[in-house]
Amino acid sequence: MAEPFVFDVASLALAAPECFLVALGVLLVCAEFLFPGQRLLLPALTMTGILTTLGLVLAGSAGIGFGGMFQVDGLARFFKVVCLVGTVFTVLLSQRNRQVEGMRHGEYYSLLIFAVTGMLVMASAADLIVVYLGLELMSLSIYCLVGLLKHDLRANEAAMKYFIMGAFASAVLLYGISLVYGLAGTTNLAAVSAQIAGRDAASEPLLLAGIGLLLVGLCFKVGAAPFHQWTPDVYEGAPTAITAFMSVAPKAASFAVLARVMLAGFLPIHEVWAVLVAGIALLTMTVGNVIALSQTSIKRMLAYSSIAHVGYALLGVLAGTEEGLSATMNYLFIYAFMNMGAFAVVILLAEKGQRRESLDDYRGLAASNPMLAALMLLFMFSLTGIPPTAGFIGKFSLLMAAVHAGYTGVVVAAVMLSAVSAYFYLRVVRYMYMDAPAGGKDVGLSAGVAVALGLAMVGVIGLGVAPSALVSLASQAGIGFP
Amino acid sequence: MPILSVLIFFPMLAALLVLPLDKDRPERIKAVALAVAVSEFLLSLPLWSSFDKTTHLMQFVERHRWIEPWNVQYALGVDGISVLFVLLTTLLTVLCVLVSWRSVTEKPKEFFVALLFLEGTIVGVFCALDLFLFYIFWEAMLIPMFLIIGVWGGPRRLYATVKFFLYTLVGSLLMLVGIIVLYRAGGNTFDILALAENQYPIRLQLVLFWAFFAAFAVKVPMWPVHTWLPDAHTEAPTAGSVILAGILIKMGAYGFLRFSMPLFPNATRMMMEPMMILSIIGIIYGGLICISQSDIKRLIAYSSVSHMGFVTLGLFSLNTQGVEGGILQMINHGIVTGALFLAIGIVYERTHSRAIADYGGLASVMPVFAGFFMLFTLAAIGLPGTNGFVGEFLVLLGAFSSRSWAAVFAATGLIIGAWYMLWLYQRVFFNPPNPGLQGIAAINGREIVVLVPLAALILVIGFVPNLLLDYMHVSVAHLLARIPQAEPAATGPLHALAALLP
Repeated sequence: MAEPFVFDVASLALAAPECFLVALGVLLVCAEFLFPGQRLLLPALTMTGILTTLGLVLAGSAGIGFGGMFQVDGLARFFKVVCLVGTVFTVLLSQRNRQVEGMRHGEYYSLLIFAVTGMLVMASAADLIVVYLGLELMSLSIYCLVGLLKHDLRANEAAMKYFIMGAFASAVLLYGISLVYGLAGTTNLAAVSAQIAGRDAASEPLLLAGIGLLLVGLCFKVGAAPFHQWTPDVYEGAPTAITAFMSVAPKAASFAVLARVMLAGFLPIHEVWAVLVAGIALLTMTVGNVIALSQTSIKRMLAYSSIAHVGYALLGVLAGTEEGLSATMNYLFIYAFMNMGAFAVVILLAEKGQRRESLDDYRGLAASNPMLAALMLLFMFSLTGIPPTAGFIGKFSLLMAAVHAGYTGVVVAAVMLSAVSAYFYLRVVRYMYMDAPAGGKDVGLSAGVAVALGLAMVGVIGLGVAPSALVSLASQAGIGFP
Repeated sequence: MPILSVLIFFPMLAALLVLPLDKDRPERIKAVALAVAVSEFLLSLPLWSSFDKTTHLMQFVERHRWIEPWNVQYALGVDGISVLFVLLTTLLTVLCVLVSWRSVTEKPKEFFVALLFLEGTIVGVFCALDLFLFYIFWEAMLIPMFLIIGVWGGPRRLYATVKFFLYTLVGSLLMLVGIIVLYRAGGNTFDILALAENQYPIRLQLVLFWAFFAAFAVKVPMWPVHTWLPDAHTEAPTAGSVILAGILIKMGAYGFLRFSMPLFPNATRMMMEPMMILSIIGIIYGGLICISQSDIKRLIAYSSVSHMGFVTLGLFSLNTQGVEGGILQMINHGIVTGALFLAIGIVYERTHSRAIADYGGLASVMPVFAGFFMLFTLAAIGLPGTNGFVGEFLVLLGAFSSRSWAAVFAATGLIIGAWYMLWLYQRVFFNPPNPGLQGIAAINGREIVVLVPLAALILVIGFVPNLLLDYMHVSVAHLLARIPQAEPAATGPLHALAALLP
């Protein structure tokens, strides 16, 4: 049975990054009305805070706190880093994006920080209740962020849609948690795992239902088919910086939960849920890649592409091995760089009053902005998974893990679908390099976005050429595989 | 000096030096690109002179650990099979730069950067001794090639380049899955030499053989996955066509030699007949299609399908004459088809037409050029005295001693070859002169410089084939020693397919 809940200094020390972020979030709300004129104060504060948190995460020690509810281990730390890196990019991108989309300073940064706090809690959650806690903190903040452009109809629609569907998914997740609790008598994942280890899951429909509902709830959060329906509309309607944010950080956090729940909690009955995950992964890759083919808006295309990438990342969870888990972690880290890079280009192209989100706006970009086009080319090839970019390393590690776990058939389907994806990624390259320009484009490069682009470029090339460190780091997930 | 690394990365780094040049001064860009290509060629010459022909071992080996968690090495080396392709690559790139002098007017800087990057990755493919590294180069090559065809190509370039990319990508990805399976089966290593020391179960060998086949057959290209080739070769700019025909499609046949045969020897033996049949279909089908072409470039492109059929026929004869003939024919085809595409490029620059009907009587306007073209035509047909004869003869000899019927069918390909090439020559150079051709410039000095080395090679190899064959004897013998000479109890395509079923 789970240990009694304790609230002590040691536990608080484990949760230092989360505590720090909460304080930062409150400080940001205050700073907003204390120093109303300081335009650069909030982003600077946020950036410093995030980097400090990153330091705290990296310096923190491993351990279990709050009576076994909160765990800091390799998995938690790695996913926290991914979320924070995603947030660093978002803050860099926000600078210009808000100018362009005319957003008020407002609670933007503070909401962002609260969302990140939720993600960090999710990454460390060793108890289903804590999972839910983190998930809701993250989701509620992001609902608001999506709807922050309150005079934009698309944003309103997106926020409303996301909220209603998100609330529904949360309810489903909660129902799953309650079923598991009813059967196992505990919400602690390690205890759940011990409880179900000897059981014949196939003959317990309620347990299956519980796992199924949990899976549905989490699949909604990562945006896996057939629970992906919200993704394109929300991605299109949200401010682009937030879209970029959503495609990376919340996804990584939800994957942390998915990995921990499925692998730490339900690994003993892996063969039961593996079929389900295999089906979801296949469907997700198919839906994402095939529907992306017919998109005309780059944001919608990237939305479907992110669905497809969730499908690839699921392969690692499907494998149910240490290798698989580290492959998924690897992949999400790399994905953060290439996707953020692509979104940085999208943001740069936009102008006041002109969203320039149609694929047609990319025609002839190579002639007017050779540097920007070259970077976009790099990110597109990386998303396709062509070496020597990082995207290939990520995809390779996933495919290898899945093949080694015996899912060769799924892998063959995955590579075929990734060939399909080449078509729509290359379409962007084709438009940029092989078409006549569609009017001049003045791109006002801002410092923040330039730094973001540089970071993304270094990440995509560097991790592609020298992935050694990342791969060995990700292989130290340490959630105790049998 | 780590010569192979230098050969791979020198053009890439030098390409970065081209980037900051002023784009309004194309002359300087071209000069730098030419200097780089020539230096690269000179740098590659030590491979020719200090290569030890008496050993099958890898030479000029470099080995460093790269991605430790996966046991990936940065391992390079050449043997008698690959060394000639490195030299062919560096030579043809020089000619490609020269022939693009006038024809590439738009974005010259980007063009030469892409060309030099392409050169580096191709050399990497031929030198890699680690499957992972090999795959990196094999795929990375797609990026510059995609751009070269798509940006500087002909009217239907978009269609052609996307088709090329997708075809090769699908094949390569299937090979990637095969590589991963092999990695585990071979003891968690990507090292080709270590992998080749294991014996794999025959079922696994067959599955992997087909997985690798998917990548290599598309690249060669073998019938029936050849359909990207006519489009890509036709639409690519001259330099792109030369690289494609001269080197890129050799990578497929090279893949068979370097991976399929030594790693899956039993499967190779079992698949001998199906491969020979596919090759023969390619030879005859490619030749027949050539006859009906009305576009010069497309005709030469389809002739590649036919010629590469000879190459794979030779390789899968699985005897010394066949394999050596196949390799020699790969080099020959690189030289001859490269020369033909260069020659067509030279005319196209003047007339801007690829239709055979627009020509006629060219011999009276460009007499020197007509002489060159005659030589290339004869070499393509395989006339004794040219290099084409030696290669095709060896291939037929090899095919005859393993399956006599194969040689009989393949020989008809030679007749068809003479038919379409000579008919092409007649329609373009003889016949009554086309009035539109009056007054076009005769061939100039730079163009002669481009064509002379290839013409010389055609004759030199034709008369002294041992100059090249000497390089491969030991390596080929070593390769063939791995392949079981005894025929499996029941061969034949149907049986082989049945073995694949669970």
